[in-house]
Amino acid sequence: MRARNYFVGAAFALMAGGMAHSAVAQDIKIGEINSYSLLPAFTEPYRKGWQLAVEEVNAAGGINGKKLVVISKDDGGKPADAQTAANELVSSEGVAMLAGTFLSNIGLAVSDFANQKKVFFLAAEPLTDAITWSKGNKYTFRLRPSNYMQAAMLVEAAAKLPAKRWATIAPNYEYGQSAVAVFKKLMSEKRPDIQWVDEQWPPQGKIDAGPVVQAVAAANPEAILNVTFGADLVKLVREGNTRGLFKGREVVSFLTGEPEYLDPLKDETPEGWIVTGYPWYSIKTPEHDAFLKAYQAKYNDYPRLGSIVGYQTIKAAAAILAKAGSTDPEKLIAAAEGISMPSPFGEITFRKIDHQSTLGAYVGKTALKDGKGVMVDSSYKKGADYLPSDAEVAKLRPKD
Amino acid sequence: MSAMPPLLAVEGLTKSYGGIHAVRGVSFSLRAGEILALIGPNGAGKSTCFDMLNGQNKPDSGHVRLLGEEITGRKPREVWRLGVGRTFQITATFATMTVRENVQVALISHGKQLFNPFGSAPKFDRGEAGRLLELVGMGGYADRPCGELAYGDLKRLELAVALANQPKLLLMDEPTAGMAPRERVDLMRLTASIAREKSIGVLFTEHDMDVVFEHADRILVLNRGTLIAEGSPAEVRGNAQVQAVYLGEGLVYDARHREGAST
Amino acid sequence: MAFYVVQFLTGLASAASLFLVASGLSIIFGVTRIVNFAHGAFYMIGAYIAFTLTERLSGAFGFWGSIVLAALAVAVIGVIVEMVLLRRIYHAPELFQLLATFGLTLMVEDLVVLIWGPDDLVGRRAPGFRGAIDFFGQNIPSYDLFLIVLGPVVLGILWLLFQRTRWGVLVRAATQDRDMVAALGVNQKWLFTSVFAVGVFLAALGGALQIPRDAVHHAMDLRIIVEVFVVVVIGGLGSITGAFVAAVLVSELNAFGILIFPKISIILVFLVMAVVLIVRPWGLFGKPEAAARKTPGLTVNPWRPLTSNERLMALAALAVAASLPLFAGNYLLTVGSEIAIFVIFAVSLHFLMSVGGLASFGHAAYFGLGAYGVAFLAKMAGLPMIVCLLLGPLLGCMGAAVFGFFAVQLSGVYFAMLTLAFAQIVWSIAFQWVSVTGGDNGILGIWPEKWAASPSHFYWLSLGVAALVTIALRMMVFSPFGYALRATRDSLLRSEAVGINAKRIQWTAFVIAGTTAGIGGALFAYLKGSVFPDNLGISLSVDALVMVLLGGVETVSGAVIGAIVYKALNIWLVSQTDLSKLVLGGFIMLIVVVFPKGIVGMLEMLAQRRRKSSPPGSPLLAKPIESAE
Repeated sequence: MRARNYFVGAAFALMAGGMAHSAVAQDIKIGEINSYSLLPAFTEPYRKGWQLAVEEVNAAGGINGKKLVVISKDDGGKPADAQTAANELVSSEGVAMLAGTFLSNIGLAVSDFANQKKVFFLAAEPLTDAITWSKGNKYTFRLRPSNYMQAAMLVEAAAKLPAKRWATIAPNYEYGQSAVAVFKKLMSEKRPDIQWVDEQWPPQGKIDAGPVVQAVAAANPEAILNVTFGADLVKLVREGNTRGLFKGREVVSFLTGEPEYLDPLKDETPEGWIVTGYPWYSIKTPEHDAFLKAYQAKYNDYPRLGSIVGYQTIKAAAAILAKAGSTDPEKLIAAAEGISMPSPFGEITFRKIDHQSTLGAYVGKTALKDGKGVMVDSSYKKGADYLPSDAEVAKLRPKD
Repeated sequence: MSAMPPLLAVEGLTKSYGGIHAVRGVSFSLRAGEILALIGPNGAGKSTCFDMLNGQNKPDSGHVRLLGEEITGRKPREVWRLGVGRTFQITATFATMTVRENVQVALISHGKQLFNPFGSAPKFDRGEAGRLLELVGMGGYADRPCGELAYGDLKRLELAVALANQPKLLLMDEPTAGMAPRERVDLMRLTASIAREKSIGVLFTEHDMDVVFEHADRILVLNRGTLIAEGSPAEVRGNAQVQAVYLGEGLVYDARHREGAST
Repeated sequence: MAFYVVQFLTGLASAASLFLVASGLSIIFGVTRIVNFAHGAFYMIGAYIAFTLTERLSGAFGFWGSIVLAALAVAVIGVIVEMVLLRRIYHAPELFQLLATFGLTLMVEDLVVLIWGPDDLVGRRAPGFRGAIDFFGQNIPSYDLFLIVLGPVVLGILWLLFQRTRWGVLVRAATQDRDMVAALGVNQKWLFTSVFAVGVFLAALGGALQIPRDAVHHAMDLRIIVEVFVVVVIGGLGSITGAFVAAVLVSELNAFGILIFPKISIILVFLVMAVVLIVRPWGLFGKPEAAARKTPGLTVNPWRPLTSNERLMALAALAVAASLPLFAGNYLLTVGSEIAIFVIFAVSLHFLMSVGGLASFGHAAYFGLGAYGVAFLAKMAGLPMIVCLLLGPLLGCMGAAVFGFFAVQLSGVYFAMLTLAFAQIVWSIAFQWVSVTGGDNGILGIWPEKWAASPSHFYWLSLGVAALVTIALRMMVFSPFGYALRATRDSLLRSEAVGINAKRIQWTAFVIAGTTAGIGGALFAYLKGSVFPDNLGISLSVDALVMVLLGGVETVSGAVIGAIVYKALNIWLVSQTDLSKLVLGGFIMLIVVVFPKGIVGMLEMLAQRRRKSSPPGSPLLAKPIESAE
């Protein structure tokens, strides 16, 4: 048990590590957490996005004259590790607020931590509806359009299709399950004549695409809803193309238009899928042009959706901090509720009622261009138009 | 006394593996305090026979009775509880534990304290463990890790462990294999004196004929799974069939040829 | 009807790639007894290298040449790994090689991202196998047909290799009896190296052949490694035919299973493995393991209770630890609590693994059950914290009682794999049963009550429980029960021959270890305020194994040091760098090579040497290190 001495040694090492990061006292610090080592494909562009935002904020004089500093931690894809990181940021680094996270369960873990420790938390990417609704709390705000919003955007387009027999393919975990559930519910409201003929639930990251494609084809649907993404999507698309699953069938697909997911498909990109995404190449607004120019100048690379989310997360944080004029969490909440600000996608607002931002998404169709996948016929859907009524939201959200 | 059943009674013990009869219809009995040797050439079925006596192996048919009680097919641990200790041809000891701890495990089991999670095992029956080790001449080795012992010492340790539950019957499978000639004599002398003193019946297999003829009260000769002779050392020595079996293998059985194999 | 035929063929195609990787693992295990955790990493490197080569070399020859070239290149890497790393540790305690290959895997996961970048890579389709063949209106990809043929061909080649060549005969002999081959004067070193090379070649080939149908990315290894282990175990360790049959069985069950239960894939292989192991403890084609011979030169220091001096020093160390709140901040205290909880978790596994000789690959199940137990009691029943802490671990206890009963019927790697299967079954229940467990979104809001809420109070609570648990388990090691447990570990034959019901002793130990892990889990739930399925996931089970092995599996208290070092380092690295896996993996490999007996094992050895060489007047020198025990 002299072991404890090692422990003390380790403790000192930890303290020393903590100090190395400490910034000057007058700086305003944001603690940022994301799954950098587990999901580098999505978090690298995200990191570039927020780094650009930090640069811009400080170049414009910081927050009410104070320098903005972001201290970033990896969570390794584990909720427990995310909490350790959150704790370090709050207890040791003394950050004014927490921000970030990608996976829904990590977002929820940090949100619960924020609620318990009374810390302001701006969730960047997690999609789960729970974070603003059933498990929402007063300290947590969320930037990216939620599962529900994306489903509602897709349903709008999907309901216009003549198809009546639908099948679903979704990863077997909460995100996939709730995406399918919301889509089915909204779709059935608009189109009571629809039949759901098959559902496939491959494990996330482990799809055995051949049998899944074959099984869906056997049910002979007229349209397919896909929720898989990443490597699973690649396998599904390849098997589906080879086996002719998508021939003559409409496909509606979550997130597939985001460059993170679309680009790897290269010349195998299926054409005509109705998707949500981010066609950075065809957005012609002054706000987006400015962002695109700055991003490409700094990184010599094109932005992914993660870049937008990372950029806007820090921009939003800065706006909230500036408006609050304080780092007191209660004042931050007061400042954030109902705040409006510009974004590369146009003006957005953080709703008072459920702390969801009105950042929207682009809906369009996939197409092949020069051997690469692109989104065509895309249009921006404002987040505000795809949320349930305030009365419904009030019922979904627990009273603080 | 005549109404008292024999300590060990074996009746028609039979075992075959895929059509080959390893042991066929073996019957014999053993009295308390008697030292009985089971001999036979390699592959005669001695070990199979042995394993069936304490439940290591199940016979196809036949009976094993201990003081009249049927123990055929019982598990080794149950047979042990009835007072049957055994040693193995290739020693089986607790290699990472000390010599004393090896004996203490057997004593703990004998005292039915196996599931006691609170007491102090190092102090458990320390005196008794020491006495048993002294008895087999291992008193000076009590704190040595068992894994470091020479082979002969392991055999003696096994004897001490086998004696821990105050057995009525000792089954010893080649107790002196791998030992120097001098040690063999010592060990068997020791075994014999313990057996006589405590009235323990001993059944042992052995390749060294000197050991067998010097210490056994009676000898059983097994060949190809059947008993071909039984009697006092003198009777067995004079038995023509036995001579034929051993002559067939080479006139004098070289006990050392086993040694090379097992060390 | 055509549909079912096609579904069957699709299953066969999935089986082929699984078989390639599994056969390599099986051969390696059969001969070297190494549980090669890095097998998935070699599979992944094979895919990455093949991707790079196929992008550069064009034409049919370029493509197929690239596939073979990639597999050969990875085989060379395998040979280097074997010679530089594994050769040094063949004589280390069993499973230590697992630790080494685990470290390697961690490093590779970060290295591929550094070399090939973070994006998913989609490779070319195989020339000549781009399309599909029409079968009564159903499409069968021609590449699937290629794979369907390839599987049996590889099986046949391996069969010829093993039956018709001297090398093959040696490999088979070594699989059955390693020592005998050594006795025959065969150069064992090169036999092992060549076997490792062949095994790695097969893994890399399996990976390279995925290029036309999969995306290449840095998590490919984890996706396949567990599944491959399962296939090897179902088939029977060391049996190539078994691996083939098991791969087909698993793939077909999946192909048809999803038609009836679309959600079955997530758990199917583990269900099959659990059933197979319960019915056939050595897999479909496996043979009972020959009684493991102790590695020569591996005499362990006899375990002994602490002397009164050492006890005082342990108390002093505990007092120092307890004084941490006097000078440390909230974050450090929370990290301290987490480390204390992992000490509990590690000592519980140590009890099972070192004292009982039962290496569980699924120990996190009981840790997680303890955590979920607390979550249910606190959130659904609304019980007070102290009651939850006392009752929560009972869920771990019950889980251990049920699963332990089946698991202790097996031993060695089969035991390990059955515990893994059970853990995965529990995990998938927690993951899928959304209405009760919240699925992967977990259960939130389990925060400590006021009396334990402050970081210092919670730290004292965790430290106190950790100390109590460690002392209790340590006392148990030196209790009659502990002796009986060690006896069953050392020799089943002898313990049964002295009246010990070995299975029942082991089962009891399993329940004790499971309950103890549950205590750790219960505290963990309150520390984090939430529970998630990954509280009972594979990576947590692996963490526990690493902690025990790192500390020293042959020592009484290695787990304590192992947990402190590993957890502290892990938390620190994750906080400092995104490349924590690279550094941690390198550190683990270094420890394995420098301290083949674990950290505490090494300290003990040094202490012993010093004691022998130093004059009797100065035993004090040895004392402090000894007390680390």
